[in-house]
Amino acid sequence: MELGSQIGGGVLNGLAYLGSLTSLAGRAAYFAFVAPFRGKPLRVQRVVSQALEVGVRALPILSLITFFIGLILALQAAYELRKFGAMDLVATAVAVSMTRELGPLITAIVVIGRSGSAFAAEIGTMKVTEEIDALETMAISPIQFLVTPKFLAMIVMLPCLTIWANSMGILGGASFGVAQADFTWARYIRTSVESLFLRDLVTGLIKSVMFGITITAVGCLEGLNTGAGAEQVGKSTTRAVVMSIFMVVVVDLIFTVLFFVVGG
Amino acid sequence: MDAENMESVDSGPMLSLRDLRVSYGDREILHGINFDVMPGETLVILGGSGSGKSTLLRTLVGLEKPSSGEIWIKGKDIAKISHDEMDEIRKRMGMSFQGSALFGSMTVGENVALPLREHTKLEDSTIEIMLRLKLEQVGLAGFEYYMPSQLSGGMMKRAAVARAMAMDPEILFFDEPSAGLDPIIAAGIDQLILEMKKAFRMTIIVVTHELASAFLIADRMVLIDKGNVVLIGTKEEMRASKQPRVRQFLDRIAEPEVARELDYLQMLTEDRRSLGVPGGKRGT
Repeated sequence: MELGSQIGGGVLNGLAYLGSLTSLAGRAAYFAFVAPFRGKPLRVQRVVSQALEVGVRALPILSLITFFIGLILALQAAYELRKFGAMDLVATAVAVSMTRELGPLITAIVVIGRSGSAFAAEIGTMKVTEEIDALETMAISPIQFLVTPKFLAMIVMLPCLTIWANSMGILGGASFGVAQADFTWARYIRTSVESLFLRDLVTGLIKSVMFGITITAVGCLEGLNTGAGAEQVGKSTTRAVVMSIFMVVVVDLIFTVLFFVVGG
Repeated sequence: MDAENMESVDSGPMLSLRDLRVSYGDREILHGINFDVMPGETLVILGGSGSGKSTLLRTLVGLEKPSSGEIWIKGKDIAKISHDEMDEIRKRMGMSFQGSALFGSMTVGENVALPLREHTKLEDSTIEIMLRLKLEQVGLAGFEYYMPSQLSGGMMKRAAVARAMAMDPEILFFDEPSAGLDPIIAAGIDQLILEMKKAFRMTIIVVTHELASAFLIADRMVLIDKGNVVLIGTKEEMRASKQPRVRQFLDRIAEPEVARELDYLQMLTEDRRSLGVPGGKRGT
């Protein structure tokens, strides 16, 4: 009985949280795509500066991580493929797993660490110092002013970062292929590209857009839900990271199942 | 003050509260507040910590929804209007927050210019001139390129006032204007409020528990206690009041329970001099 009501309560809380996330993402999308046609112009400058922060500044660390991931993938694939004398397939294995799965996922995780946490900390601090209230009293919607630029920056930059991550991963795989599996750089890259279908790339990019929406919604919601006091900012930042990783994996699962069913 | 009221076209009150009740969850914070604020008047809302005065202010600017009652501002009941209508009224209001609430990621100038950039179609050069003017009015000329973190507490307060004034509001709200400031800087902020009042004939509503400041700037005062209006009146009426709660507040007498505890402590130290010594700060 006790357990049943606890599970019931947990499910209800979970659904309420999902509802808040959807509502926040919906309002951010409204100010991004609908409101500009109703006389509430989009502040492009804010979007661009967010895009720089979310996207461009993430490139060095993302490149390094995905290069290593590509290298690790190649090593792991080679470990099995070597037994069958099928080292040629290393390129294919790395290319497909990077584009369909690991590219978008690793990118999302790097972006959660860099930007999802920063969103929660920034908005949480503004909540604690009454800056969010100040926006409201100035008749400026905090969603329009703070969330929408992040939302737009994320849904544009995450797919771009993902493409970059895929390339760096393939490059990482290639460095193994050239050193250990008698590939030349050109042949490795050509084999990788030929092994990919457009749908591999597209499914990965669709996932990355969904990840972008998820990370923004969770980060900003946790920020906006920050209670009173400075220590609450730390708590909401932590929660934003943990929740984002969890939600990204859930979204990943849903879309992977979906693509599997429709044969994507 | 009355002569000024005669001059305004609309002689009705700028703001009226009718049986305003506000609750957080099951707990009612304000139990039916009634008062009017006339145009051009400076009303000080006095009250102790936890009296509900801050909740009252937050409700007046639309940050909290009342559970029942009416709040009439400029002929509209803001308890019932839509979000868009509220935003229109908010453009005619300015609010200076207790902790200034300047945006830390923007310069002082960008802070002050923000409402103008968001709500008007003015050219950048015009906005530049206006923001210089606003900063000059609050005594911060030349500080537009500073970040809020580079300013002292008093300067941040002034910058916040400049931002609240950006849209030339008809009503200006202050939440604890002298909180966290030393007496000299706090007196400077009081002076600034008086200057605003004289120069722009704005309706000003100030929430504070600083008696000296309250008696200096107020035309009328409201004392709120435990979510109820204890007294509303002029400074003289407030000073002359015999109501125990008003006397206790103005004469700074501790709560009886607290006083008993003090009594015990003072028996230990055999120092009874400081027990219940009146001598609250009286306004000039």
